[in-house]
Amino acid sequence: MNASLSANANFMLPFEWKASASAQLSPQENVLAWLEVDLDVQLQFAKGLLIVTDQRILSANPRASGPEWQCWTLQPGLVMDHFDYAGVGTLSLRSISEQIAVWRFTLNHNVLAMRLQEAFAARVEVITHGRALQLSVAARCPQCKLPLEVEGDECPVCNREQHAPLSTWGLFRLWRFGHPYRWQLLAGFLLTLASTAATLVPPYLTMPLMDDVLIPFQNGQDIDHDLVVLYLGGLFAAAALAWVLGWAKTYILALVSERIGADLRTTAYEHLMRLSLEYFGGRRTGDLMNRIGAETDRINVFLSVHLLDFATDILMILMTAVILLSIDIRLAAATLLPLPFIIWLIHVVRDKLRTGFEKIDRVWSELTNVLSDTIPGIRVVKAFAQERREANRFRDANKHNMAVNDRINFVWSLFSPTVTLMTEVGLLVVWGFGIWLVSHHQITVGVLTAFLAYIGRFYTRLDSMSRIVSHTQKAAAGAKRIFEILDHVSSVPEASCPQKLPTPLQGRIDIEDVGFRYGNRAVIRGLNLSIQPGEMIGLVGQSGSGKSTLVNLICRFYDISEGAIKVDGIDIRNIALSDYRSHIGLVLQEPYLFFGTIADNIAYGKPNASRQDIVAAARAAHAHEFILRLPQGYDSLVGERGQGLSGGERQRISIARALLINPRILILDEATASVDTETEQEIQKALDNLVQGRTTIAIAHRLSTLHKADRLVVLEQGELVEEGNHDTLMAKQGAYWRLYEAQAKNAEADRVKLGDISRKEDIV
Amino acid sequence: MSDAFSLSFNPLGELVVRLADDSLHTKAVVVRAFPIAEPDRSISILGVEGKELVWIDDLSTVSPANKQVIDRALQMREFMPEILRLDGVNSFSTPSTWRVQTSRGPTEFVLKGEEDIKRLSTNTLIVADAHGVQFLIRDLPALDRHTRKLLDRFL
Repeated sequence: MNASLSANANFMLPFEWKASASAQLSPQENVLAWLEVDLDVQLQFAKGLLIVTDQRILSANPRASGPEWQCWTLQPGLVMDHFDYAGVGTLSLRSISEQIAVWRFTLNHNVLAMRLQEAFAARVEVITHGRALQLSVAARCPQCKLPLEVEGDECPVCNREQHAPLSTWGLFRLWRFGHPYRWQLLAGFLLTLASTAATLVPPYLTMPLMDDVLIPFQNGQDIDHDLVVLYLGGLFAAAALAWVLGWAKTYILALVSERIGADLRTTAYEHLMRLSLEYFGGRRTGDLMNRIGAETDRINVFLSVHLLDFATDILMILMTAVILLSIDIRLAAATLLPLPFIIWLIHVVRDKLRTGFEKIDRVWSELTNVLSDTIPGIRVVKAFAQERREANRFRDANKHNMAVNDRINFVWSLFSPTVTLMTEVGLLVVWGFGIWLVSHHQITVGVLTAFLAYIGRFYTRLDSMSRIVSHTQKAAAGAKRIFEILDHVSSVPEASCPQKLPTPLQGRIDIEDVGFRYGNRAVIRGLNLSIQPGEMIGLVGQSGSGKSTLVNLICRFYDISEGAIKVDGIDIRNIALSDYRSHIGLVLQEPYLFFGTIADNIAYGKPNASRQDIVAAARAAHAHEFILRLPQGYDSLVGERGQGLSGGERQRISIARALLINPRILILDEATASVDTETEQEIQKALDNLVQGRTTIAIAHRLSTLHKADRLVVLEQGELVEEGNHDTLMAKQGAYWRLYEAQAKNAEADRVKLGDISRKEDIV
Repeated sequence: MSDAFSLSFNPLGELVVRLADDSLHTKAVVVRAFPIAEPDRSISILGVEGKELVWIDDLSTVSPANKQVIDRALQMREFMPEILRLDGVNSFSTPSTWRVQTSRGPTEFVLKGEEDIKRLSTNTLIVADAHGVQFLIRDLPALDRHTRKLLDRFL
């Protein structure tokens, strides 16, 4: 039994370690967990292996002569610690008095490391007490503690991060947007075919014109007027037909491409709106604006103009080739001679151009970024008199843009004349070969003229095709950047089969063993907190202690890395986002007002609210009166960031906004931090209305504003260090007491200073 | 040269700082204030609560014994491999797996998006991988041609 188990576990070991590890294990030993570490103790990249069996810990360090094994027998008192910093995880084995060994690894291996740590702790527990502490109740994901159906299953939340490389055929992916218009596209294509064919008729008619009319005339015969009228009529009819067909195809395809472009833009924007805050945190506004605005337009122009040209060119070349071949094979072969060269040239230049255009796009985004950085911060720029520096920054970005453009312009400016040169040479060949054929009576003069007429069109087409290369590559680069947005899976995914929230919602929040990592920094660690329905919690702590992060996690702006947050017992990852957020009211330190009327802004979360509701919400938020003092009342327009209103006024509008949706859960993130004391009292009154009967989580820097809180929770470096009401926490003389004392001292100092000033004023 | 503090490791592998007032602080950490711009100056030793215990302007003024401890502590904590050569990438569109030679040996990592390459200055870049490890490119023009050519596709 044991041997077979052991064999089983060995089977799971990574292949390159299997032989070496099996030699170390005794037949009675069961492998409980293993971890392939990728760093050594000096943090050099080197693969090693760590195994926990039911008897020992084994560790292999790679040496030139083969792995060097070390082992320690499991015994009571051994502890394995796990922590990570700056992308590096550490497991350290220690006894009560000293450190025994350390293993380091990059966070790719973090899940396995935590599993190994758990296996180790459980086994030591068995060895110490002779029995397991507690059998794990349900299978859980080792990383995020999400319950799994079967132990060892891939966790749906943790495994959504997949790194599949994109296909380089970015433009073909646009078909997804072309599909709804496939019939119009087909019609356009047929029209293109027909109109191209029509434009090829005139050169064909030059052949009989030459051979049946002009040459016989030169040889002394009369001109056959009926024949001339017939041929000229044919020429005109062909031209007229080409005109009508060309018009129709261009119109239809332009209509379609405009729609495809619009769909692309809306889809990209809709997708963008659904992405999590994490995505926006890592991107710059200018870049995103550029992608959605300019680059969709570029794709649009490409589809409507250049793609059409391209299709026409290809058709024209194919049809011409067929016609030429049918007239005379030898001359046709000479005519088509330069074609492979040109195709090769296009191929070579294409790659160069595409990377170049991608680069141009990036540089262009850089330029927009400078703008979107500076313009919102214009007050700071002016206050510190840094206009010149910002102008220089823009100038530098612009210069960079120019340099990149110069480089690519060199390539493609060379390209076009080269193609022209080739066509000239080709023409020369045809002339020469044609004259030789005529002189040997192989072909008539009419055939040669027709060839020369075709060839003119043929080569201009090739030339325009060479130009199209750059447009195609520009569009491909644009498509790639659009699809980068579209391919980005939100890091806060919608549940596949969401659970409904109970109505009415109680508003109970359970935070279970929550951890959160931002980049490589652990911001919240092992946090447990239960909030009763209707309870008001004050979150307290120094800045950077993780208060706002915790609130963001509760709102599910980000998904937690470990643990679970439950509302009324339901994991928030299993609730539809919009359903969940409709129960959350959020009042931020810097309220954001959208462009529109005050009424619109209040009704932002509930656009169909009646006017009575809006006014009632404004009244409760103590905003009603100041709104009425504005010339247009509730219909007053407020600007981009609510210019024209004071901070306190904006804050009260945002409180009314939160009141109107009547949320069960309320989050106040430093709602009174940026206003003066008097306004604060007004806002406080508004907030008191808001808080009643709702589960409230309030963050406040000024501890005095939390006097209504039922319970205070003190965070320090992402960990919960104290909880309780004001009096118990003061009695404890811990972290809260220190914060409170520090603030009280400041307030005292302020009062003394103010006193000094007023006394001096008295003397004066 | 005698410093106003002395550093040592206890058997648990924790850094212990003894200050001039004879107070002992265990589990201290050594950090560089400017790890990229000026790695050998401006070093700080923080207590377990994140309070600064010692500020060292210039590492060369520290006694050899303390310097040895500082070096060891930094070596155990700091991890920002410098990319010396880019051997290859599996795709020019992200996510892309890079095979690199670094100052800490060869490895490969996944670049999630172009925005994970951040420019600190004209020639210095930081590349963050999908798991948050940050790789440093200290001097772009000093790298070999092959590497620069590959990198150019992402910049």
